[in-house]
Amino acid sequence: MGIRRTLLGSAVAVAGMAGVAGYAMAAEVTVVCGSVGQGAKLCKGAATEWAKETGNTVKFFAAPASSTEQLALYQQILSSGSSDIDVFQIDVIWPGILGSHLADLKPYSNGAEDMHFQPIVANNTYKGKLVAMPWYTDAGLLFYRKDLLEKHGEKAPETWGDLTASAKKIQDAERAAGNNKMWGFVYQAKAYEGLTCDALEWVDSFGGGDVVNADGDITINNEKAAKALSLAASWTGTIAPSGVLSYQEEDARGVFQSGNAVFMRNWPYAWSLGQADDSPIKGKIGVMALPKGGEDGKQTGTLGGWQLAVSKYSKDPEAAASLVMHLTSKKSQKQRAIEGSYNPTIAELYSDADVLAASPFMGQLKDTFTNAVARPSRATGSNYNKVSNAFYNAVHDVLSGKTEAEASLAKLEKNLKRIKRKGW
Amino acid sequence: MTLALQQDGTATRKAKRSNLSSARLRAAWLFLAPMMIALAAVAGWPLLRTIWLGFTDANLTDLSQSQFIGFENYLSYYDGEAYGVLVDAEWWNAVWNTLWFSVISVGFETLFGLLIALILNAEFKGRGLVRAAVLIPWAIPTIVSAKMWGWMLHDQFGVINEILLSVGILSEPIAWTADPSTAMWAVIMVDVWKTTPFMALLTLAALQMLPGDIYEAARVDGINPIRVFFKVTLPLIRPAIIVAVIFRSLDALRVFDLIYVLTSSSTSTMSMSVYARQQLVDFQEVGYGSAAATLLFIVIALLTTITVVAGGLKSGEGEQS
Repeated sequence: MGIRRTLLGSAVAVAGMAGVAGYAMAAEVTVVCGSVGQGAKLCKGAATEWAKETGNTVKFFAAPASSTEQLALYQQILSSGSSDIDVFQIDVIWPGILGSHLADLKPYSNGAEDMHFQPIVANNTYKGKLVAMPWYTDAGLLFYRKDLLEKHGEKAPETWGDLTASAKKIQDAERAAGNNKMWGFVYQAKAYEGLTCDALEWVDSFGGGDVVNADGDITINNEKAAKALSLAASWTGTIAPSGVLSYQEEDARGVFQSGNAVFMRNWPYAWSLGQADDSPIKGKIGVMALPKGGEDGKQTGTLGGWQLAVSKYSKDPEAAASLVMHLTSKKSQKQRAIEGSYNPTIAELYSDADVLAASPFMGQLKDTFTNAVARPSRATGSNYNKVSNAFYNAVHDVLSGKTEAEASLAKLEKNLKRIKRKGW
Repeated sequence: MTLALQQDGTATRKAKRSNLSSARLRAAWLFLAPMMIALAAVAGWPLLRTIWLGFTDANLTDLSQSQFIGFENYLSYYDGEAYGVLVDAEWWNAVWNTLWFSVISVGFETLFGLLIALILNAEFKGRGLVRAAVLIPWAIPTIVSAKMWGWMLHDQFGVINEILLSVGILSEPIAWTADPSTAMWAVIMVDVWKTTPFMALLTLAALQMLPGDIYEAARVDGINPIRVFFKVTLPLIRPAIIVAVIFRSLDALRVFDLIYVLTSSSTSTMSMSVYARQQLVDFQEVGYGSAAATLLFIVIALLTTITVVAGGLKSGEGEQS
């Protein structure tokens, strides 16, 4: 008996020592951070650097390229309580959906979140917990052809009405001059999350609110929103190709970058690609905030961007959080801003000379990034996807001419009430 | 009295039979057991679980906290408004899409399959090679062929728009898979392209079983080939075609991958499976989505029973006449 107890005791001691030694030696952290292109390359570099500094190891998990599929995969992994992935890259609209599975980062951040844009930090706070650190931010911007506007004596548009008129004028003049592939304006109008972003900008710029307000009230069925959508519907087939109804970001960029559009609504990433050496419109691109709805409207842009979060089920949340802090640090964000034109979430970097030299628009548009309109993901929580789905389908019906804006918004309001029935 | 006699008789017969065959019966059950257990584990359990989840308010966020809510996912009333799958216009739209897709695509596949089988049944040089070549679309995984066709049908870079534009049939590119008026036809076209070889193969197998002497007799009588086809060939291969149609319809009714890859979750092509997945995964409504999946199961079971019964009657008549 005595012998057995001693044996057991020493076994526990050995196991304990091994455990401690194992922790001190190395933790293995699995991270998802972009699957393709420049973003993934930059993230891998920074994470490997962290691994070297701390003596831990990093494993990279390649997620699907489409964000809808990423979310589906994360939900399946997290709802099964799996510890396969420690650090997730999550979209700005996901904290409400995934929040209950994510760890609170406050104990590990040492107040680092105070440096970041506060609206994003608030967005990443779920039930009082800081569930994700801001990584980079995005807002919808208006790209335009400086050369064409100058050639036809047009100014950068103040309002959507100005944009419609200039686009029409330049498109007609260019077509008359033989460029019959020219279009006035391209954007994202396929029935998917991207249309929610575009339509929210139209509605908000007219003062039509943000679909569901912060208190959770459904506000979308109003005159201003109807006016915004009616104007947008008038573009289909006139200044925008009818194929725009199936365009995502890359389709719009394809048309714009091959020189066949005067205006484009897109995210900042389109800048570094449009200014690349192989771009036919290199040096001819201007970037500005999106136009106002009318004289009494406002300039706006939908808030996008990505965050880094730690799974609640992670075996080593401390190491995972340390990696998140490293990747979202000022140093890492500066490198990403310079090399990949990823907008930092740290206000200070917008006056950094190196960053501004690489992407001049970041300095000019700092206000746009700080005042971006958020999609109603906080108010609607885990119902956000349903709300967004109902919203973009309603807008798509208006844009394709299937229904009038007023009728569609009335129907949308009814649908949203159905979704809300038990509260968000 | 007679009753007692009869009972006595059956009892003795039963006793005899059980003496003879109880051992064999036990052996049969023993041999069947592994398959029954496997089936119960991989088909029965998930099916029952899905049906059960359909009666709960389970959510993907936290599956452990689900409550029994009866038929609320199917139909319920709040403030005088009806909610639930059964009154969801999108669900009925999905049912209609699925039926439309199944009838049209299986119809075309049967027709083209028959034509190809008749051609391949003829003797010609290089027949083996052609037979193998015809099977290629069927051998390509659906995801791959859907992705491939997705690119070919793309409005910006697609080869199909390019060809039609250069020939002058189109004046501007069409977004085949996104335009609500063409999306379903694009899906049907790709499905027909992909699955016609399967129908051709089954029909060809039936054609090769046909005895040559009937055709010789028909030739001696000088009957024209079209009449021979309708009076001799078609009635003889009808049972095989019906089996093939049932197989294909079952497959077509639960279509998912092709539509999901080609047109995502647009309402103009959404099938029942795509609807259920959207609820289950995108909207996290495991309970509601399971209710939809259960309805899907019921619809398919119902339609299959109808097809089997109707098909069985017809093939029975065919044999009699």
